[in-house]
Amino acid sequence: MKPSILILHASGINRDQEAARACELAGGRPEIVHINRLRAGERAFDQYDMLLLAGGFSYGDALGAGTRLALDLNTYFQDQLQEFVECGKLVLGICNGFQTLVKSGILPGRLAQDTEHGANYAGTRRVTLTENDLGSFECRWVNLLPNRSAVAGYLAKLDDLITCPVAHGEGNFQVKDKATLAALESEGCIAFRYVRADGSPADGERPHNPNGSAADIAGICNPAGNVLGLMPHPEDHIVPVQGVDAPAGRLGLRLFEAMISSLG
Amino acid sequence: MAIRIDVSGPRHARVREILSAAPHFGISGIRACRIARVFFISEDLTAVEIERLCAALLVDPVTETFTWTALPREPPPNGPHAFAVEVAFRPGVTDVTARELVKGMAELGLPPCDVVTAHRYELDGNLTEADVRLLARRLLCNDTVEHYSLGAITPQFGMQSAASDRVEIVALRKQDDDALLALSRDRLLSLDLAEMHCIRDYYRSAGRDPSDVELETLAQTWSEHCVHKTFRARIDFTWRAHTGAVIQRAEINGLLRQYIRAATEEISPSWLHSAFVDDAGIIAFDDAHDLAFKVETHNHPSALEPFGGANTGIGGVVRDVIGVSARPIAATDVLCFGPQDYPYEQLPEGLLHPRRIAAGVVAGVGDYGNKLGLPTVNGAVLYDEGYLGNPLVFCGCAGILPIGSHRTEPQIDDLVVVLGGRTGRDGLHGATFSSAELTHQTAEMAGSAVQIGDPITEKGLIELIEAARDAGLYHAITDCGAGGLSSAVGEMGRELGVDVELQHVLLKYPGLVPWEIWLSEAQERMVIAVPPDALERLSELARLWEVELSVLGRFTGDGRLCVRYANRVVADLPMSFLHDGLPQRRLRAEYVDPAPSSTATPHLRDAAALLLRMLAHPNVASKESIVRRYDHEVRGGSIVRPFTGPQRDGPSDAAVLKPLGTWEHNRGFALSAGINPAIGRVDPYAMAISAIDEAMRNAVAVGADPDRIAILDNFCWGNPTLPDRLGALVRACQGCYEGALAYRTPFISGKDSLFNEYNGQPIPGTLLISAIGIVPDIHSCVTSNFKAAGNRIYLLGETKRELGGSLLHELLEIAGGDAPSLPDNPLNRYRLLHQAIQQGLVQACHDLSEGGLGVALAEMCIGGRLGASVVIAAAEGMTPLETLFAESNGRLLLEVAPADTPALESLFASETLIALGEVTGDSRLRTWAGQEPVLDLPVDDLVAAWQRDLLA
Repeated sequence: MKPSILILHASGINRDQEAARACELAGGRPEIVHINRLRAGERAFDQYDMLLLAGGFSYGDALGAGTRLALDLNTYFQDQLQEFVECGKLVLGICNGFQTLVKSGILPGRLAQDTEHGANYAGTRRVTLTENDLGSFECRWVNLLPNRSAVAGYLAKLDDLITCPVAHGEGNFQVKDKATLAALESEGCIAFRYVRADGSPADGERPHNPNGSAADIAGICNPAGNVLGLMPHPEDHIVPVQGVDAPAGRLGLRLFEAMISSLG
Repeated sequence: MAIRIDVSGPRHARVREILSAAPHFGISGIRACRIARVFFISEDLTAVEIERLCAALLVDPVTETFTWTALPREPPPNGPHAFAVEVAFRPGVTDVTARELVKGMAELGLPPCDVVTAHRYELDGNLTEADVRLLARRLLCNDTVEHYSLGAITPQFGMQSAASDRVEIVALRKQDDDALLALSRDRLLSLDLAEMHCIRDYYRSAGRDPSDVELETLAQTWSEHCVHKTFRARIDFTWRAHTGAVIQRAEINGLLRQYIRAATEEISPSWLHSAFVDDAGIIAFDDAHDLAFKVETHNHPSALEPFGGANTGIGGVVRDVIGVSARPIAATDVLCFGPQDYPYEQLPEGLLHPRRIAAGVVAGVGDYGNKLGLPTVNGAVLYDEGYLGNPLVFCGCAGILPIGSHRTEPQIDDLVVVLGGRTGRDGLHGATFSSAELTHQTAEMAGSAVQIGDPITEKGLIELIEAARDAGLYHAITDCGAGGLSSAVGEMGRELGVDVELQHVLLKYPGLVPWEIWLSEAQERMVIAVPPDALERLSELARLWEVELSVLGRFTGDGRLCVRYANRVVADLPMSFLHDGLPQRRLRAEYVDPAPSSTATPHLRDAAALLLRMLAHPNVASKESIVRRYDHEVRGGSIVRPFTGPQRDGPSDAAVLKPLGTWEHNRGFALSAGINPAIGRVDPYAMAISAIDEAMRNAVAVGADPDRIAILDNFCWGNPTLPDRLGALVRACQGCYEGALAYRTPFISGKDSLFNEYNGQPIPGTLLISAIGIVPDIHSCVTSNFKAAGNRIYLLGETKRELGGSLLHELLEIAGGDAPSLPDNPLNRYRLLHQAIQQGLVQACHDLSEGGLGVALAEMCIGGRLGASVVIAAAEGMTPLETLFAESNGRLLLEVAPADTPALESLFASETLIALGEVTGDSRLRTWAGQEPVLDLPVDDLVAAWQRDLLA
């Protein structure tokens, strides 16, 4: 039986369909489900092996990227989600999905929290995705170096760079202080970094690091490794014809294959 | 009591933008700027509630801080030398942030309240109050939709007005001609005397006077925007030589019928499924799907409120595509602006600076397309002083639909259902306003015609309509565009008649009188005809997708338009008069050929310097700083995208897309454009031919089948009631007819935007041709960048001494000359090229347009970061320089692997195919005329010239 994947749809999400196609090609059984159907109880998180939060502009991102969808998750589904994450099921947030996971406190989980206020209290977040240093939305192709020694074990299967587009206005990963960055690194929570086409560090230089992210960070995972978020769009490079100018073999599909095969 | 919350963050980018833009707007003393987002909340909240609200929704704890205060206490004090400007939307303008905050507060369990959002700018420097006011007006605030105050702004919560059922009866029957014209002018009806007579005569025979609802309905139904009076007019046309001798005298019975539709009818290919009758044109794609394509303009609104104008321009054209039951899958945009460095002190009164217009329009296009999840994949940006008072914003949208899924026939007793956004006073008179000229007073008069879009509501409509279509829940659909409900409902009920109740329309705020509800052009609304037994299922879907729905009435079968308010009839007109009563306009047109002038090109030694100037010319230079603000990857179907090559920064000729849901086969489609107003200044007929050729050759260059390309026409012109403007328009339409037939490409849709004049100055007559073509195999697509050293370079097509309207002439300040003509049997040439591409003989292909061979070669070097070594054989009667920069149509450059050259040459045996030289690995572009070097430039210099940053 192929692993089942819940692709969450909410008002303004727009990369759900291509994410579903990527999951399918990678051997999964995706279902796009509107958040209102989860709220109505027609579907439940625990029916699925994996949760995918796709890209888009949830609720128009009018109060900051992912902010209102994060509130939805914390208001309506906090217990269900906590259980989903704690039992080790996989969660992947791409672009707006990553922003939502960060704004809700689910990523990077306990590392982001001030214990005084308890779990998921957004006011004490220590990491964020803020506006690009350029100040505007930008779409371009980037190169990603997977951290094969990250705590997310499936990343070890990625033996080459991934080349795929970014398309966002608020993808600039920043931390409250150096200690937070050090903790992310020491716990193996850095999942992807922006690099040059030859794999050497971007060192913060545009356009290799497209948005000014601290330490060239493009994606992170939680300390357990089962929740992953990244700004770029591996789902938009799943067959070679989508990337005529990309070096052969750097398909984003491999991330989906790595995650979904680890569910088998 | 109310609460004010100030959220401060670094906002480096916006601060940079203000500091760098201020000098362009005439203010130099500004040193620093701090920005805060401000939220006014109408209810009193506790400190704990405010903390919770800020933590969950308003403040990013990593980058921002906040302060709050209970009003009406003083706002944060200004520093000793600081000025603060606070800017907020005018009441009634769409404020998505406020709306989302209200919903989020409900989710947090906070009391219901009103929210007003604002921005606070604290300025430091050597500034006077007058400076700050100037900055506020020119940069920080747009009077059309916003207001500002120095220091703290006072929030205006809600719209405090009561419901109104006021209907005015307009005494029309006894009016004389002067009074009729005054009435048309004062009510912004944009009707001429013959039309006012027609209306007066109808009411005389009906024995009563019209209600304001009826008069407004007639005005918008008969507006230029809705019925294209000029393109349907009977025209007495005279074409003269410069000597005055008559070349042609003709009576034209409708430009649309005689030229545009006539071409389509003569070609009429089997794959054309709908042309001109629906909101968008429709062609066959594969065994199961059709493609829809539409391009619209949104010029007047963009002149006044660039962000909102462009925003709602995309929104409108997307609804046209939803209106043929298609799912939108791609967007295009072609923009024409005044020069970005235009001196502020010379700017006529009442105009926004071209920099501000460009920045706003680009942001508006990106905001809407990105949020809808549409890849914006093709377009162009042109700069010309002629667009100073009238920027042009062409917005296009392509969509996909299952074959046969678009239903167009409402049935008796079907319900009239409105879906989507609420109705407000926004956009009143948009249809008639767009049919009038702009003056320096227009902004004041027509402010209500401009709006801000709400893409997330439209996204919901896309999802809902797709689901409703697949479930078969409606019999007919149309978008609510210009003219609002009156147009959408009036048009849909044309055959059957309708009876609607305006009190059922969901309003943003009370206080609208019936004609305002009926005419409002509030965005993001669709009208569908729903069989009564499908309403429940539709309502369920609407709840799921969070789209509001209201039932206004039903289709009756009595052939009348009956509009009620609180059950009182406020309009009652026979559909026959509404739709067929408009008298055909009679217009006079005259075109006079320009006198021949000397166009000898001066002998120039430095072709290299000229080429670099061309590459840096705003109309040629890279548009990367604009295009990258648009998502051109979403939906994962972009095969050929705006930029190409190893650095992904060379220019593509066209876009190729693969629709989601069709990956089981290899077919895709191309989108391309052709536009060249500079040629139109020399010869509008040649402009039309050239635009069609450009759109065709761009599409063929990436791999589209020339026998499967359809085109769209968008005319932007001056005042057509003036014979010279109309004469040029007639010539352009004649060019459209001849061009379409020469390439066997049908027009499937089009639109005209006339009266683009500012204080009596017309824009350069501008024709955009957009093309959509089938690409048989996305794996054989070709891009423009050179691929490998050692490959051969060929020029396909003849170069003639056609320099009229060329970039060379512009730079050398030469007027006149011959404009590019129709190539000899161009379709045959493009068919052969398509074969060569299909057979894999072409490594790279790039069309020759502005700057001719020289610029095209340079762009292929830039994209590939490779050099080229090329020998130009000067064409007959031309200097090498003229040969390098002539802009004859029908020409492309091909890069071919050495082993493929015999096959290529034999394929093109019947065509002009010239071997020019080869691609080199030394990163220099070298050209010779015979033994004589013409230019020799490092590719890095080409890159540097071409990539000068326009928005920086």
